[in-house]
Amino acid sequence: MLSILGYNAGPLLAQSILGLINGAFYALLSLGLAVIFGLLNIINFAHGALYMLGAVVSWVLLNHLGLGYWPSLLLAPLIVGAFGIVLERLFISKLYKLDHLYGLLLTFGIALIVEGLARNEFGSSGMSYAVPEALRGATRLGFMIMPTYRLWVVVASFVTCIATWFVLEKTSLGATLRAATENAALVQAFGVNVPRLITLTYGAGVALAALAGVMAAPVYSVNPGMGSNVIIVVFAVVVIGGMGSILGSILTGFGLGLIEGFTKFVYPQGSGVVVFVLMVIVLLLRPAGLFGKAA
Amino acid sequence: MELSRRALLGTTAAVATAAATGATTPARAQGKPVIKIGVLNDASGPYRDTGGKSSFICTQQAVEEFASHLNGYTVEVIYGDHQNKPDVGAGLARQWYDRDGVDMILDVPTSSVALAVAGVAKEKNKCHVNIGAATADLTGKACAPSIVHWSYDTYMLAKSTGGATVKAGGDTWFFITADYAFGQQLQRDTTSFVTAAHGKVLGAAPYPFPSTTDFSSFLLQAQGSGAKVLGLCNAGGDTVNSIKQAKEFGLEMKIAAMLMFITDVNALGLETAQGLRLTESFYWDLNDGTRAFTNRVKPKTPDNWPNMIHAGCYASTLHFLKAINKIGPTAAKAAGSNIVDAMKSIPTEDDCFGKGSIRQDGLALFPSYLFEVKKPSESKGKWDYYKTVVTTPAAEAWRPLSEGGCYFIKS
Repeated sequence: MLSILGYNAGPLLAQSILGLINGAFYALLSLGLAVIFGLLNIINFAHGALYMLGAVVSWVLLNHLGLGYWPSLLLAPLIVGAFGIVLERLFISKLYKLDHLYGLLLTFGIALIVEGLARNEFGSSGMSYAVPEALRGATRLGFMIMPTYRLWVVVASFVTCIATWFVLEKTSLGATLRAATENAALVQAFGVNVPRLITLTYGAGVALAALAGVMAAPVYSVNPGMGSNVIIVVFAVVVIGGMGSILGSILTGFGLGLIEGFTKFVYPQGSGVVVFVLMVIVLLLRPAGLFGKAA
Repeated sequence: MELSRRALLGTTAAVATAAATGATTPARAQGKPVIKIGVLNDASGPYRDTGGKSSFICTQQAVEEFASHLNGYTVEVIYGDHQNKPDVGAGLARQWYDRDGVDMILDVPTSSVALAVAGVAKEKNKCHVNIGAATADLTGKACAPSIVHWSYDTYMLAKSTGGATVKAGGDTWFFITADYAFGQQLQRDTTSFVTAAHGKVLGAAPYPFPSTTDFSSFLLQAQGSGAKVLGLCNAGGDTVNSIKQAKEFGLEMKIAAMLMFITDVNALGLETAQGLRLTESFYWDLNDGTRAFTNRVKPKTPDNWPNMIHAGCYASTLHFLKAINKIGPTAAKAAGSNIVDAMKSIPTEDDCFGKGSIRQDGLALFPSYLFEVKKPSESKGKWDYYKTVVTTPAAEAWRPLSEGGCYFIKS
């Protein structure tokens, strides 16, 4: 069999595909974080909890209202996004004038409360969520078995990422948004309702997290702790990609998934820290991140 | 960021602990001495369902049932959350023993926390009855005259599940292991049974705990190793995720979940869990006694039926109170070892585990059961999950007394 660096090509290829799948979740989550940080300057520590909420809402929709995966894909982000808008209006909007740290503390508090309430209501063992009928099954690739659902996750996440990037970078709405973060007063003078724009942006970022949650539900069990497991890695992704850089967080998300996948294969014990080692190296060499602009 | 997160967690921990310890059973009467039991476990984290509030409820159940036999004292039960942190657990244990007059600390899952609390109990000669933790060191290297370990340990799990799997032809193994004290010990114990039966371990993937949610990479390595059996040396949500993903990737190996509770099977659903083999020392539908017990506590914990930890909390509390009756509250308060000596001197008997005993190193001896998870078509209703495959009698289920390395056992 063909070998690369002393490892057989088959397993190596399989591991990199698995890495990309995890990368798809990282990319989707860090995308929402990057949007919120880039446009609102809020370090949204509640992101993991809102991702979890997306999964929980889709479970509730299925088990209490009989609504399956496909309606959930739309409804759960809308519901959680609306919850995000309420949070922004009631709490987060009060902090824009203060230091980043206040936003971080507030959203961290929100994350703890949301997780605690979810645990109280749904327990800690997790709840199972079946893979939708249309995406069941798997394909034999020779060197591995590829579950159809995972393939769908990679494709759906990639399309969502590109669409978000397009809206923010290539449309007039995106241009207005970016302008509003540069100089809110000036944009407001042009008749744009900036506070509303910002509220909706936070809602959209939260909806992205919830979407990732819905997609994660059939892969992992729906568990109140699922958000806190990924949030730290996702923060590392955002920092490596460059705080607020949309394209940076997408590419870094997929890239780090790949690197983590290789580490799991070569040295499993190190897979928990490899992302942070990379983060340290990147911060030493390029403090603004790989794709960030130096302040 | 990490620092502020930690500091914050610490603060929340203190607040949560203060709130949790507020939960008490009012049982105080004027004049009589009060025997205080402190149930300490994970009330809010990943092990909340395997122990949690249901452990507290089952402890209270035992106290209520024994109330008419109390001999000149009253009993109070309090509840605390150790959050799976050894420092939080040890801190609370000190406070309970020193300041709050707690006479016995019960449950304490998570091996790392259990060893810390056992250290405090040993130092102060206070009674600790461990139910929830797996480490066999509690009656081995870390044993103490004031400690009892009840329900299960890594050796008993490894012998029952590991031994039976090798016997059934599963002679080559690959492990996926949570890389901390519990997972490592479970892997070590299982390995010794596999090799003793002339089986072979072909490889292992020790993964960082917690923080791993995707096991697909390790599953692929397991498949690639060519081993017949996948040994899961992890617990709770990690086990659930590993099994779920093994099905997803069409893993063609027999899965041996080395530690799994009925609560985990419930989380997986029978569709995914069917055919799995696992070991517990209690199942609600085992016999008339276990069914009667379950019917008594079910109304109080309707969504979380008792597993071997919950049953252990109930049964050991009954036995603890029998011991207090024997020696009286004054001797009990004088030293934890007085209580445990009395517990060892009386045979145990209760609805959950039947008749049993506690041997010199503090290990409670009962039969262990290898169960197989039913197919959905075989299950007649809620929580009807297990059929018994092998029963290992109490005399063979546990590590021989001489092999534990407990310091006060003369070999």
